[in-house]
Amino acid sequence: MTDTPVLSVRDLVVDFPLRRGNFRALDGVSFDIAAGEVLGVVGESGAGKSMTGAAVIGLLEPPGRITAGEVHLSGTRIDTLPPAQMQALRGKRIGMVMQDPLTSLNPLFTIGDQLVETIRQHMDLSEDQALERAISLLEEAGIPDARGRIHAYPHQFSGGMRQRVVIALAIAADPELVIADEPTSALDVSVQAQVIKVLKDLCQRRGTAVMLITHDMGVIAQIADRIMVMNAGRVVETGPVAQVIRHPREDYTIKLISSIPTIARTGEPPPPPAQDSAPAFVQVQGLVKDFDAGGGWLARVLGRAVPPFRAVNDVSFRIARGETYGLVGESGSGKSTCARMIAGLIEPTAGRVVVNGMDVWQVSAAERARRRAVQMIFQDPYASLNPRWRVGNIIAEPIRVLGLAKGSEIEDRVADLLRKVRLDPIVMRKFPHEFSGGQRQRIAIARALSSQPEFIVCDEPTSALDVSVQAQVLDLMSELQGEFGLTYLLISHNLAVIRQMANDVGVLHRGVLVESGPVDAIFDHPQADYTRMLLDAVPDLADIE
Amino acid sequence: MLIFIVRRLLQSVIVMLVVALIAFLIFRYVGDPIVSMAGVDTRLEDQELMRERLGLNDPFYIQFWNFLTNALHGDFGISYRLQQPAMRLILDRLPATIELAVVSATLALVLGVLMGIFTALRARSFLSGVIMTLSLVGVSLPTFLIGIGLIYIFAVELQWLPSNGRGTTVQLGWWRTGFLTESGLRSLILPAITLSLFQMTLIMRLVRAEMLEVLRSDYIRFARARGLPDRVINFRHALKNTLVPVITITGLQLGSVIAFAIVTETVFQWPGVGSLFINSVQAVDVPVMATYLMMVGLVFVTINLVVDILYYLVDPRLRVQGKGR
Repeated sequence: MTDTPVLSVRDLVVDFPLRRGNFRALDGVSFDIAAGEVLGVVGESGAGKSMTGAAVIGLLEPPGRITAGEVHLSGTRIDTLPPAQMQALRGKRIGMVMQDPLTSLNPLFTIGDQLVETIRQHMDLSEDQALERAISLLEEAGIPDARGRIHAYPHQFSGGMRQRVVIALAIAADPELVIADEPTSALDVSVQAQVIKVLKDLCQRRGTAVMLITHDMGVIAQIADRIMVMNAGRVVETGPVAQVIRHPREDYTIKLISSIPTIARTGEPPPPPAQDSAPAFVQVQGLVKDFDAGGGWLARVLGRAVPPFRAVNDVSFRIARGETYGLVGESGSGKSTCARMIAGLIEPTAGRVVVNGMDVWQVSAAERARRRAVQMIFQDPYASLNPRWRVGNIIAEPIRVLGLAKGSEIEDRVADLLRKVRLDPIVMRKFPHEFSGGQRQRIAIARALSSQPEFIVCDEPTSALDVSVQAQVLDLMSELQGEFGLTYLLISHNLAVIRQMANDVGVLHRGVLVESGPVDAIFDHPQADYTRMLLDAVPDLADIE
Repeated sequence: MLIFIVRRLLQSVIVMLVVALIAFLIFRYVGDPIVSMAGVDTRLEDQELMRERLGLNDPFYIQFWNFLTNALHGDFGISYRLQQPAMRLILDRLPATIELAVVSATLALVLGVLMGIFTALRARSFLSGVIMTLSLVGVSLPTFLIGIGLIYIFAVELQWLPSNGRGTTVQLGWWRTGFLTESGLRSLILPAITLSLFQMTLIMRLVRAEMLEVLRSDYIRFARARGLPDRVINFRHALKNTLVPVITITGLQLGSVIAFAIVTETVFQWPGVGSLFINSVQAVDVPVMATYLMMVGLVFVTINLVVDILYYLVDPRLRVQGKGR
């Protein structure tokens, strides 16, 4: 018991004095992290996870401030340090990794510049020594050819590589504690697994304590030693990972864990697919989309034209009426491009999309019918609703445009739709910003349903939502499917969501459909190497012993 | 990079051709040149003869071609009013305008950027509030009023500075400069301030807005989390990112400082191209107006080209796209 923990937080309270009274963001948070230990902090958005990290490193956004409690770093109290000393401590004794690797590096400086600058800030090294250290840090973080790439700019690296650079920056001065705030949420699963491994290896080798903030239980399960569950600014439960996940004590933890979709089959397998002879409701044949990769006419004249980039390459599949087809793949695999072509938003370079016997891109007379029969739900419920319109108007717009109802009948329909997505019809007078993410996605679903479509293209409908909300939205989608006999094309990077929702699944890799078939067959017996790699990379709670 | 510059150059040539066409159309179709040249008692046969000799009966494209070739040789015709080559008139007056524009643009840029940074970093301080309020005055007061106000205070009441003209000038080759004499420099102060005030407040507000935006970004937060001192964060990381959009606007504004110094030059009786232009408009002196139009076009095209190249140098992301993937 002689070991002092690296980080010790006692009864931390963070207040935001606002005009309309005080908002208490953190309320009596206490925890310890020992040297070499990884503490996973989970909770839904707004639970105060990131706030805890920011409070520890002394970077609370004003007007937020610590009003009570203590933060000790290796036995020294740091929350009362003057700003200048706190700044000297950041980077040197506490490192930080932020969520989005695409925006956390300064785009106008080379990664070498940024590393050397940080190293020389904290260590008494010459320019050359600092550069050497930077190169070895990058090598440790798993960047191939670090020496050759040290003078590259951030945009010349992929997301995963950039996050390695960020990790290298965070540990540049050998801090005792690293705060990793959602380090992998912006990355693809396969990359996510690599980055987690890098973080864990580096910290283990140096005996660095890690505070890992994430909403993804799978990530915690892979890397953390202990877990701390937060809700509404309070600590709900703390304990070893396996214990909390297997035997959660608190109601909130139980609810949180049960709402995480798992990639293993739970419940009833979907009914066997209808015979192939049954006419497919949606049929996609040889879909191709090329994007002009730029260059312009002068480059073409000078013979330096760039060949067009083929985003989607010969994709074919079919969906039977009333079923769900899941399309998975990593970012850049062409999922969303496929979705837009199928929904009729961008024109394919080649190929056919036949919905209910009508070719979406050939029969121009069918356009009106298609607009009615095919609808889309987008990923970001914050960006896909017009912020200046009332909810009632947003939902009524397709009804008006398509002339499906007139006068007061419209309002009745909107009220009916809101009831269907389990919202009170009274909300039609409100604006989108008055709703939470999950409620907004319900509004988006109500809008999609308003034209009484038969086929809905859902592009990552839940990836911007918290797990418990995700579970509710997915349940709602299943119920509506049963109620109205809807056909879904569900696009997601989350394999667990696809497993729970889809009948059939297609795996996209660089625009090519590498595998397509019934979901159980593919998930249990993947044929393509890429599918196997994807499945292996998924962190799963079931793996915890 | 080379392809990029060549492409921009070709675009510039197209723009200049369009400007030339408009200048030519003014030249040719705003009133009949023969009528303005000939007296009341010139016989119709003589008028016809002049028409023939000046090539005004040729088809449109031949006339345009002649105009272009002449323009390339610096020949824009003879000023109706002053009976001198229009090009020479402009060139004689250009140094005065350029000196005024350069001084006021530098003033605007330096003070504007400095005050912009200050008001962004100390957004809540009292001095920032004062600067922001005054900048509103600078944006909303018309230039001529500022000029007249300055003349009233510093030239009429205090009698510190001259109210008009360039003072004593020195001839350096074809360039007539006011930089080398005390009276020349003193004469420059008031018009330069007048001309720069609007640009200065504009640049300041732009820098402030951009800087506030950049300071909220993730990479600045991450730089803080790495323990970099405020000085490095503000002046190295934030400022360089702020400058990217500022360069564009400033470049365009610089163009308008040169091109539209008209009001300031008129108020201060500054012998530059702006006041020449105003006098030419009053006298319907078409060749001078056409030349002025071409010159302004050239200034804007050149500045835009320079701005694009600067953009390229500041932002590495553009460089890579230029090379192709």
